Amino acid sequence: MNAPNSTSILGGRLIDPASGIDSVTDIFIHNGKILAIGEPPEGFTAHHTIDASGQIVCPGLVDLSARMREPGQEHIATIASETALAARSGITTLCCPPDTDPVIDTPAVVTLLLRRAKRSARARLLPIGAMTQQLAGEHLSEMVALKRAGCVAMSNGYAPLANTLVERRALEYAATFGITAILRPEDRHLRNNGYAHEGPVSARLGLPGIPEAAESVAVARDLALAEHTGCRIHFHLLSSGTAARMIEQAQQQRLQVSANVAAHQLHLTEMDIEDFDSNCHLNPPLRSLADREALRAALAKGVIGAICSDHQPLKADAKEAPFPSTATGMAGLQTLLPLTLKLVDEGVLGLSEAIARITCGPADMLGLPYGRLQPGSSADICIFDPHRHWVLKREEMPSSGRNTPFIGWEFQGQVTHTLFEGRIVFHSDSTTQA
Amino acid sequence: MNDDKIYMQAEAINELIGEMTQAIKTRLEVQQIKDPVMIGIHTGGVWLAERLHKLLGIKQPLGTLDISFYRDDFTRIGMNPKVKPSQIPFELEDRHIILVDDVLQTGRTIRAAMNEIFDYGRPASITLATLVERSGRELPIQPSVVGVRPPLTSEQQITLTGPDPLKLIIGTSKQETRGTS
Amino acid sequence: MSKPNIQLDSHGRLKHFLTIDGLKREMLTEILDTAESFTGVSERVVKKVPLLRGKTICNLFFENSTRTRTTFEVAAKRLSADVLNLNVSTSSTTKGETLLDTLRNLEAMHVDMFVIRHSDSGAAHFFATHAAPHISVINAGDGQHAHPTQAMLDMFTIRRHKEEFTGLRVAIVGDVLHSRVARSQILALNTLGTSEVRVIAPRTLLPPDPRTLGVHIFHDLEEGIRDVDVVIMLRLQKERMTGALLPSEHEYFQLYGLTEKRLKAAKPDAIVMHPGPINRGVEMDSQVADGPRSVILQQVSFGIAVRMAVMSMTMGTQAQGAAAR
Repeated sequence: MNAPNSTSILGGRLIDPASGIDSVTDIFIHNGKILAIGEPPEGFTAHHTIDASGQIVCPGLVDLSARMREPGQEHIATIASETALAARSGITTLCCPPDTDPVIDTPAVVTLLLRRAKRSARARLLPIGAMTQQLAGEHLSEMVALKRAGCVAMSNGYAPLANTLVERRALEYAATFGITAILRPEDRHLRNNGYAHEGPVSARLGLPGIPEAAESVAVARDLALAEHTGCRIHFHLLSSGTAARMIEQAQQQRLQVSANVAAHQLHLTEMDIEDFDSNCHLNPPLRSLADREALRAALAKGVIGAICSDHQPLKADAKEAPFPSTATGMAGLQTLLPLTLKLVDEGVLGLSEAIARITCGPADMLGLPYGRLQPGSSADICIFDPHRHWVLKREEMPSSGRNTPFIGWEFQGQVTHTLFEGRIVFHSDSTTQA
Repeated sequence: MNDDKIYMQAEAINELIGEMTQAIKTRLEVQQIKDPVMIGIHTGGVWLAERLHKLLGIKQPLGTLDISFYRDDFTRIGMNPKVKPSQIPFELEDRHIILVDDVLQTGRTIRAAMNEIFDYGRPASITLATLVERSGRELPIQPSVVGVRPPLTSEQQITLTGPDPLKLIIGTSKQETRGTS
Repeated sequence: MSKPNIQLDSHGRLKHFLTIDGLKREMLTEILDTAESFTGVSERVVKKVPLLRGKTICNLFFENSTRTRTTFEVAAKRLSADVLNLNVSTSSTTKGETLLDTLRNLEAMHVDMFVIRHSDSGAAHFFATHAAPHISVINAGDGQHAHPTQAMLDMFTIRRHKEEFTGLRVAIVGDVLHSRVARSQILALNTLGTSEVRVIAPRTLLPPDPRTLGVHIFHDLEEGIRDVDVVIMLRLQKERMTGALLPSEHEYFQLYGLTEKRLKAAKPDAIVMHPGPINRGVEMDSQVADGPRSVILQQVSFGIAVRMAVMSMTMGTQAQGAAAR
């Protein structure tokens, strides 16, 4: 029970929302697992010792939606590049949506992805399977085979299901086998050819609007089907206050529904697309200030239990065109923790609650054993300095991470160490690998 | 603006205008010009031309030019935000023109004005009358009729203010005259 | 709102003309006054002034519009500029060359100004943001966003007939939702101090909350044009029928078509405007279009003077000693 597989992290403020711990204490790691918290086990000698005094030690972050662009678009980003960025950002578990190329709709693609991850990943990749073949919304995929191969949930990505009958069948089938369905609620007819939240800003800029109803109509439909089928539904990327309220009611009626929100949606609004800032061309769109406040309230109440990055690396020129011609999406890994901590600064959540929304909260929604610091659990740990100020600089971002509207923002709280399965995959004093 | 001095008051200027009227009449007689037309250059030249036009009893209405579109310093100072329309309410083809401006210094304004006049047609002749002729010529342009020739250093600026009463002001500050006269 | 207005240079002068939004009343008045001075040029023997001699203006039209392109071309030529006309169909750019490549290529030809029309809202902003610092950009219509020179020529026409904007009541009739012209007109009318701007249309042709644009809403034409001084009719695109925004042209004309009879509700000296081209029998009948109240043809000729004004004002900011005045 000693070197070289042993690490101790000493003197940090340990926050583990899952167990309710929030105190200055030590943590001991051996063979990739957490061995003990508090007192070192008898005979323990550490190969590595991390002095975490003045810092916060919390579970490694769990991100419910991050695209690696692998397989299929390795010219944009790779598992190696994106998990390195995740490690820098304190994220140790990444759920990958099925819209890769090829689509994650067969066990072979899952196996491929996991094999590549094993080779180059500095974080855990958990594939989300396609609910329908090719994400076309017509034929069900082999959900059970996908689950057995390692998919943690099923989703149809951004593509809506063709019709309510297919949706009903997909949810019934998933429910049969205890599979969670991740749905991005959107009525594509109401979305039409919209580019921005339908409101005063889109009216002034002449950008075709996406009404709030495009989301709430879909949520109403999905909730009715959740009740009908008994399927566990996780709503992905809420953008509107109305949808959050509908989900709150459904939860009060004991439906098994949960929800997440993208970190940027809690900070930006439609006003940020002024002057056609294409970095704010997002899906779902940035909505009104009232929506943002309602989302924050729902997050505080726990109606929304997870914050995700919805990380989407893009080609360098994908945002260099007039607003409607640009690709949607932003690179979000590097801002997941800082934007969440900003909510604490702004009084939306307590620190422990905020950390819960990016650790055990998302893990619980998919029934994953991660995002917690308990003896026996995987030693996925994020250590950050809560007082360190830093500015997000474009030139310091990897090329796949530059498409963010947060360039130039000042944040407080910066990751100093990330441990994944007991290995130090990032520490801020050197850019090289431990 | 603080060290501006009045060089000439309205009465004295009116006297000069009277003398200029006589000089123009004489010149027209010598050249046997019967029915001239008059054009004033914005802004000071128009104030002056209004008076000369009346005193000379010219039948055709007064024409006015804003030479902003013909300036040679557009690429240096850009568009004049207070540009006024040029108004030539007569055919100037084959007409004898009396062109009136307040101060002749570099000659660039007169060059611009002549260019603009030729875009309205081909005049028979142009006679230049200015209230002030001063040093600083950069182009080969001379007036036929002049009110006064004050001795000025190159730092000194002379400007006509108006329209009523007219005053000639001398300033030493290199202030914001638009371009040079 | 703390962002600097990208249309203005560091001395607050008009560098690009992309939208009416964010411009002050004095600036709009300056455009109208300058245009007033240019109206005379078109009536002279030599219809040209030497202001932009040696400058190259590129008309970059990603959407076909012979009318608008021609007025910009005439305006540029009357300012003695050299004109490059490029019609780029959007499909060819989406296939290969990006808009940024197109821009860079033209910059290499030493273009001094771009006049750009594009089907994407924000395209002119994109050009202005990415063009080399000495280049001016004029928006000749971008998506559903703005068409500021059209709006200014409409303001010019109104001012010719009504002199003052304060005290005026103006009604805009038709497809406000999809109209870049209407958006720019509303902003210009409000900035210039118009007492009341009304829009008249069914809800399918209005933005969700048009009051945020600073207008009063009417759904009934006769009620909406009661006692107005100016009636602006908007063009109705055929696609509005297929997009389920309207049942038919016939029903639209029944409800919103301007006829002599309906025009009686407006003030006796009200003028009727239309950005053209008119769909006779859809937006208005021929009697009105060709009638004594119609100022539609004047709009076209004033369009040249307004574009000359905007071109010379924006090009004037390229002066090295721009602060000199």
